[in-house]
Amino acid sequence: MGSAPPFSWNLLYDFQVMWSYPFMLNAFRAGAIVAVVAGVVGWYVVLRRQTFAAHTLSVVAFPGAAFATLAGFALSLGYFGFCIAAALVLAMLRRNRGGQPGDSEESAATGTVQAFLLACGYLFMALYKGLLEGPQALLFGNFTGITTGQVTTLAVAGVVVLGVLAVIGRPLLFASVDPQVAAARGVPVRALSVAFLVLLGAATAEAAQITGALLVFALMVLPAATAQVLTARPGLSLLLTVVIGFGVTWLGLFAGWYWNYPLGFFVTTFAFALFLLAHGVRALAAAAERRRAVPTLAGAA
Amino acid sequence: MTAPTMSLAVSAWTQPFFQHALLAGTFIALAAGLVGFFLVLRAQVFTGDALSHVAFTGAMAALAAGYDLRLGLFVACVLVGLLLGGIGRRGKADDVVIGSAFAWILGLGSFFLTLYTTSASGMGNGGAGTSVLFGSIFGLDGGQTTVAVVIALVVTALVLLIARPLLFATLDENVAAARGVPVKALGLGFLALVGLTAGEATQAVGSLLLLGLLAAPAGAALRMTQRPFVGLALAGGLAVAEMWAGLAAAAWIPQCPPSFGIMAAATLVYAATYLPRPAGRRARTAEAAV
Repeated sequence: MGSAPPFSWNLLYDFQVMWSYPFMLNAFRAGAIVAVVAGVVGWYVVLRRQTFAAHTLSVVAFPGAAFATLAGFALSLGYFGFCIAAALVLAMLRRNRGGQPGDSEESAATGTVQAFLLACGYLFMALYKGLLEGPQALLFGNFTGITTGQVTTLAVAGVVVLGVLAVIGRPLLFASVDPQVAAARGVPVRALSVAFLVLLGAATAEAAQITGALLVFALMVLPAATAQVLTARPGLSLLLTVVIGFGVTWLGLFAGWYWNYPLGFFVTTFAFALFLLAHGVRALAAAAERRRAVPTLAGAA
Repeated sequence: MTAPTMSLAVSAWTQPFFQHALLAGTFIALAAGLVGFFLVLRAQVFTGDALSHVAFTGAMAALAAGYDLRLGLFVACVLVGLLLGGIGRRGKADDVVIGSAFAWILGLGSFFLTLYTTSASGMGNGGAGTSVLFGSIFGLDGGQTTVAVVIALVVTALVLLIARPLLFATLDENVAAARGVPVKALGLGFLALVGLTAGEATQAVGSLLLLGLLAAPAGAALRMTQRPFVGLALAGGLAVAEMWAGLAAAAWIPQCPPSFGIMAAATLVYAATYLPRPAGRRARTAEAAV
């Protein structure tokens, strides 16, 4: 934003200036929605160690958008259609393999799906030569062109995703933490896993419209990974995830307004700095714990 | 995307750019197939995924700093490969840590991309990002081809050299360690080779698609045979065949970018392994498994 007024330490004034531009107001609104939805879904992703599937679904947003551009229908439709379809394909591949995550053959299948769909996206781009900015806006995001209609769509989709997650959240948590015991207690583990992948697809489709296909994943995994390093209590870490996601997104938008670098760079850098900080804090806490434990041990000996 | 891709469909076979692509592509695919076999077997595909993003950032950083992008590719991929091996237990890092790291590295890549495309040397070269992401194998010149072939041959030779102990360490880590196989060193060395291969494959199919070249032929080979060394040879062979098929498709169909042709061939072969097998063969495999 080369024309932005200079940064002042009066943050209230800064926000007032920023939000006097409708496109910035929409960017902050959309950023808030996306950060919360991606954060909550990402929390389950990190808990279930499904980062590879999450990354695959998030990059699938790119061919979706490229196909929608080529075929000439609404971008949102392309995003949601491709991401949810890819989620179903991954769920099918997983069912074939008996649902054991981290399986080497499953990861090969996931990788193949990912690379093929990205290649499809490239083909669609090559076939559609009219797009001036090329694939970069789709891959790395563009937050300056968000319309009020888009914000409404995002809000509706976000409410649906969070609503479904609220219904299946508790059994899903059980099934994620201990699938065998959950299955023995009659929790439909497999159906939950499919439903979660579809939700994941919808959430990535939603977030990709703002952050670009390549950076959804950051918003999904970094806040949740940071929160789960800091605390093991589910409710607290879920809350922390949302706060971190929301904070880094708004901070990123804020920084992007003053410095003309990509939003994704700011958001990932802030989030990764917090992630490292969280690991540092935990390492210090563990060291303090050990120091406190040593005298007792020595006394016992 | 370089200009020759779009035209000269019929006479492509005799053009130097096509011959360079065929030569470099063959050896790159061979190295990627062999390395990919172990990558899949060791359940480290996600590491390959991470390196595909690192490759982009490395190339962009080199361009922004005014160096040859291949320097950035190889240095970034090998360093991060070693780093991912170093932070994990026995040369294997946790997926969430890998994901967190490469999410940030990709953000850094978008920063370097902006830095490069707005700098004086990168002005009017906005396609540089696209060609790193999706490859430009038809854009290789003679010198680049030679370097690519030499590095691919070195990777292939090294993989074959460590194949036996690496296989042992992969299939039964504890027994291998007890027998004095340097499990940790092998894991690290292997990840360095994966880094080199990622840098190589980026030149052929681009950083976003290199995962397909690593995972698809190896995944197919592992579904076709239980015997490790047959699988290793099959993975290399399939990768080379898929590379040829993709290049041929790109030469015949002018609209088809070579990267897409290669990925489509690789995916078709992999999908074919999911088809139901003839009854006789399945019975035999089941017997062998018992």
